[in-house]
Amino acid sequence: MPRVIGVDIPPRKRLDISLTYIYGVGRSVASKICGQLGLDPGMHAGDLNEEQVQKLATTLQKEFVVEGALRREIASAIGRLRDIGCYRGLRHRRGLPVRGQRTRTNARTRKGPKRTVAGKKSVKGMK
Amino acid sequence: MGRSIKKGPYIDPKLAKKVEQANSAGSKNPITTWARASMISPDMIGHTFMVHDGRRHIKVYVTEDMVGHKLGEFAPSRQFRGHTNKKEARR
Repeated sequence: MPRVIGVDIPPRKRLDISLTYIYGVGRSVASKICGQLGLDPGMHAGDLNEEQVQKLATTLQKEFVVEGALRREIASAIGRLRDIGCYRGLRHRRGLPVRGQRTRTNARTRKGPKRTVAGKKSVKGMK
Repeated sequence: MGRSIKKGPYIDPKLAKKVEQANSAGSKNPITTWARASMISPDMIGHTFMVHDGRRHIKVYVTEDMVGHKLGEFAPSRQFRGHTNKKEARR
């Protein structure tokens, strides 16, 4: 199994798909990098030789922000919003949706699993 | 959708004038404003604004990180005091 940058081990899949297992690499970046290195996007990731893996790793780190660096970048951007006390920062702090979505219902991704509240009318009751 | 770059950032002309005056006078007095939609420009750094939240003016000290945000983002206009307690409400 080839290891491209640390722990990512994309297995027996097309190269352009298996590269997307790396955090920060989607279909677009994957196909771009294949073209750049002259690799066939249809070849299986397992068929890469040492040298090709090495090349992939260096270009990914040099030209794209991926994995840990990307995670850090995102975390610091959110941290900045929190620190300056703006509306978006407040929403991040409270764990509520940031971009103006409704919170009367849904918003489960941000709010987490449902917490039942005693005495609250059910959805049917609201009609 | 974002604002067209062609137009440049929106800064309330009256507010811009007040900031300019404060800068040339070197005063650090709070600037009271209702212009929540105004973008914070670099020359506002270090000033204190009193931004209207719909009821009163909230003190906002502008730091470098705030440039590019709008004044209203720092003066929440909604205040959540918790849900009503049904039992208490009936009494």
